[in-house]
Amino acid sequence: MTSSISHTAHDDAPLSAAKNPNLIPEYGEGGVRHGDVLIGRSVTINKPRQELYAFWREFDNLPKFMHNVRSVSIKNRTHSHWVIEAPGGKTVEWDSKITDDEPGRLIAWESIDGASVRNSGRVEFLDSPDGRGTVVRVTLTYDPPAGTVGKLIAKLFQKEPKVQARQDLRRFKQLMETGEIATAQPPDAAPRA
Amino acid sequence: MRALTWHGKHDVRVDTVPDPKIVNPRDAIIKITSTAICGSDLHLYDHTIPTMKAGDVLGHEFMGEVVEVGQGNSRLEVGQRVVVPFVIACGQCYFCQQQQFAACDNSNPAETADMSEFLYGYPMTGAFGYSHLTGGYAGGQAEYVRVPYSDVGPIVIPDGIEDEKVLFLSDILPTGWMAAENCEIKPTDTVAVWGCGPVGLFAVQSAFALGAHRVIAIDHYPHRLDLARSMGAEVIDFEEVDVREALVEMTGGIGPDACIDAVGMESHGVTADSVMDKVKAAVKLVTDQTHGLRQVIIACRKGGKISIPGVYGGVTDKFPIGALMEKGLSVKSGQTHVQKYMPRLLNMIMEGKLNTTFLISHRMSLEEAPQGYKMFKEQQNEVTKVVLKPHGVTSH
Repeated sequence: MTSSISHTAHDDAPLSAAKNPNLIPEYGEGGVRHGDVLIGRSVTINKPRQELYAFWREFDNLPKFMHNVRSVSIKNRTHSHWVIEAPGGKTVEWDSKITDDEPGRLIAWESIDGASVRNSGRVEFLDSPDGRGTVVRVTLTYDPPAGTVGKLIAKLFQKEPKVQARQDLRRFKQLMETGEIATAQPPDAAPRA
Repeated sequence: MRALTWHGKHDVRVDTVPDPKIVNPRDAIIKITSTAICGSDLHLYDHTIPTMKAGDVLGHEFMGEVVEVGQGNSRLEVGQRVVVPFVIACGQCYFCQQQQFAACDNSNPAETADMSEFLYGYPMTGAFGYSHLTGGYAGGQAEYVRVPYSDVGPIVIPDGIEDEKVLFLSDILPTGWMAAENCEIKPTDTVAVWGCGPVGLFAVQSAFALGAHRVIAIDHYPHRLDLARSMGAEVIDFEEVDVREALVEMTGGIGPDACIDAVGMESHGVTADSVMDKVKAAVKLVTDQTHGLRQVIIACRKGGKISIPGVYGGVTDKFPIGALMEKGLSVKSGQTHVQKYMPRLLNMIMEGKLNTTFLISHRMSLEEAPQGYKMFKEQQNEVTKVVLKPHGVTSH
């Protein structure tokens, strides 16, 4: 699982900060494999962790701040169906199941066998030791697919995911702290010539 | 509506653009009664701040009347007169709660925040009309403006105080004040201020208000030096004298206790190092001209304080790190935490303790704004502050 690779071999930094992603070691079933794309990002949010957990746990809330996720439909307590926007107006879809769930603490999920893009995600909610709120740490992994379709998807998931995760987490923080998502989108939010 | 828009270096125009709308619950729309051209707008005019796009609406010093309020704002009411801080701050993140509003974590939209995270290591706050590095928000040199988090930033102005007395609460007055506060002034201190533009002039006034024994102001425009003198400062004309030597002699060989760089990246020096900076800027390396700041660091006394309200955006060469370290200088800088200072400064204005109108030299309509930019750029001796009236002169 992604939790087992949270640190590099010789220091205390998260593996997602590694300069050479090829050094990511191979892990067993369900974990990160050699060649997987690993993204990690932390953000401190000035809200109690129970509140943040509760919002995230309702997966159909995720498209509110994950802008490349068109929809997440909840099928049952653990299973959901994800529709992701891809370049050219296309979409990529998969089913996902929750693999770990500790209320107020963490949620982990991964795609079900047969997904076009094998992926997993994990979000942890930790009290900030200095009373600044909650440290939210997200770890995502993708297995970049091969082939022509794979190239298209890779464009979405290999180059962009780090940017996407960074921006999604900023929006999550904005929404949780201020109740709205900052925008200067023309013309309404920011008129321009 | 009509708005002053940026189209390139030394090319600003008044265009008809769409009216702004309420898009988030805490937004408000302000009908602008007075707005000013800031010295830092000249950085945009000269195109020395990156990430400008043709069509951007400029202006970050403005005030006016609330004409529409979003459903999530229970503090403002339609009809109130407000001054709006140039810094956009949410009021709820860790930084805002420490009153470090200019470090707000939420106001720069997620997409544009990437740029400053790469440039500076962490994303910067949003600001009105000041490039896409600070969010791409439309500015207030316009008939109307959308104000995000309007339950946090705008300060309500009591009736009976004219616009011009309070307009500068939006930026330059708190900026001059914070610059002086950052000097941690003691009653025996001599404070030197480089640059007698609006921020420098307010820094002079603020340094005295915070108890400075002496203030020495440095510039080369006679009229600006006169204004500094009228605020009680002794003055140095850097074209006439060697600034460091003058300061050493004027302070009994000790040097100024605190030095304020109220110039920023537009320093006018003509020494060899500034020529070098111009060459690098001409070939589009992102190099800020910092001749003034070098002089500030060299002239400051051992163990002294450096305060930098002047705007810089990139990197610089030949930074006197040795002088900084060996003399044990402390440096404080940053965009202004406007929201923190507004209430106190408004009270001081109402009590008559601050003169906020002495530096206004020109009043114009919005349509005349391009001419205002050109004059402010080319006639810095006479043109000290331009105030624009987008809806004509009102009776406030």
